[in-house]
Amino acid sequence: MTTRSPLPIPTRTGLSRRQAVAALGLGGIAVTLVPLSAEATPESAKKLLSDLVKAEPKAGKVQIKTQEIAENGNTVPVTISVDSPMTDKDYVKAIHIVSDKNPSPGVASFLLTPASGKAEVQFRMRMAETQNIIAVAEMSDGSAWTAAREVKVTIGGCGG
Amino acid sequence: MADVKPRIRVPSEAKKGEVIEVKTLISHPMESGQRKDSKGQLIPRKIINKMSVTYNGKTVFEAKLEPAISANPYISFYMKATESGEMAFAWTDDDGSVYKATQQIKVA
Amino acid sequence: MTRTSKFLITAASLAMAAGLAACNNDPPKSASAADSNDVIAQYKANPKYADFINGDKISGYVFASPETQAMQDDEFENPGMLAVQDGEAEWNKVEGAAGKSCASCHGDAAKSMKGVAVTYPKYEPKMGKLAALEHRINLCRTEYMKAPALKWDSKPLLGLDAYVEYQSRGMPINVKIDGPAAPFFEKGKEFYYTRRGQMDIACAQCHEQNAGKNLGVENVSQGQSNGYPTYRLKWQSFGSLHRRFQGCNQEVRAQPYPRGSDEYTNLELYVAWRGNGLKSEAPSVRR
Repeated sequence: MTTRSPLPIPTRTGLSRRQAVAALGLGGIAVTLVPLSAEATPESAKKLLSDLVKAEPKAGKVQIKTQEIAENGNTVPVTISVDSPMTDKDYVKAIHIVSDKNPSPGVASFLLTPASGKAEVQFRMRMAETQNIIAVAEMSDGSAWTAAREVKVTIGGCGG
Repeated sequence: MADVKPRIRVPSEAKKGEVIEVKTLISHPMESGQRKDSKGQLIPRKIINKMSVTYNGKTVFEAKLEPAISANPYISFYMKATESGEMAFAWTDDDGSVYKATQQIKVA
Repeated sequence: MTRTSKFLITAASLAMAAGLAACNNDPPKSASAADSNDVIAQYKANPKYADFINGDKISGYVFASPETQAMQDDEFENPGMLAVQDGEAEWNKVEGAAGKSCASCHGDAAKSMKGVAVTYPKYEPKMGKLAALEHRINLCRTEYMKAPALKWDSKPLLGLDAYVEYQSRGMPINVKIDGPAAPFFEKGKEFYYTRRGQMDIACAQCHEQNAGKNLGVENVSQGQSNGYPTYRLKWQSFGSLHRRFQGCNQEVRAQPYPRGSDEYTNLELYVAWRGNGLKSEAPSVRR
């Protein structure tokens, strides 16, 4: 049984990219566009996160909003939001982001304060190939929460 | 780099307690250190590795960036407006340069 | 790019080229042609694209993902605006032996440059041929400012290009193809319909016959130029139309021409004419 992402297919009329890809039988060519040697792995991504955050993260509270299929792997817009009242007593201290198939796993760490008001950040990242973005939110009480999201990265239509 | 220009979008006025969105964009190639030049030599890494934001001198937000961040880094975040004052931004380059920008906010 | 990935790209592209080459210059007859007509019809019927479509002409904006469209829509988030900022500084900078800046002759760009960029490329009597906007800017610099010409796609020239284009934002593309421009227009048209490269594909085959169809996951656009110069996500930088032409030629494994060449300038007129009536979106964001 396959689980489909709960997110809608990008709003495009006619053949969606997903259908087009399936129709062409290409399954979204995920080609490594960087040297095959020094590449992140799910393990190195996990290790980096455990170096950054002491507590074992639980699933929840973190939402990752991004494209299902990247328009272009060089510039993928990502929004991370975390459920938190952001008061002096209960706030998000940090949001760490890693990826599991880039040349190295680190992406960014954002440090917030109670003055932040809302735990949401937006940025643009590079993705070498189809992979997961993993976000971990570190709370003021020491707990940690996490979410992951796959982004498909394909080569442009005519190799461009 | 003399020609690195930061852009910031911060409301110049806000109500007390209002959570405002702050947008930042800075022109920078974010050279990852992975690319090779025409001779096959690795082009050394040179990125903006940090953006720090203070409000009236106190740190309200900080971003630590890796080469996985796209060129011309765009970062947006939020801040709760509590008092009037100055928001100060500093972007730190691997080569030690620091690019700055400021914005006054009137909070009523 | 590694050899492995180069090989895979070539293999994938050749497979697709085989399909496209089979088209000849006949209109496509397959079932997927109906799909592409559907896609185009749906774009035309969508009210949010009203500003980006003119009759049968469809801006590249329409073929982009919602996130890319959003990046273009917001003047702050649009990285192309960084180039406009650069251009404004350049406009006011005194350079060259004559001790002038662009502003010395042209004053406030918002007034003097309004409606100018959408008429380019145009016949330039001083050059005896077509001038793209970049050529004209360099002509002003060398003739009147006694300043050196700027390199195509260099930061200052891109900035000036973006800044001048920005003054025509939202105005319809309006290039002339009659009078002295006519012979160059014909050359550009010939280029557009000439097969080239290892894959033996002409511009028209992708952008005229197969616009709206999917090539891999990419919805092929009409190849309109109303958004140029553009911030291309793939380049992670702002770039010119001639840079894009080079990319297109390389992608069909053809030898690209130099930026600023007669071939590309003539082609630029034909491509602009194809989009006459579309609103100028420079600086735009494209993939």
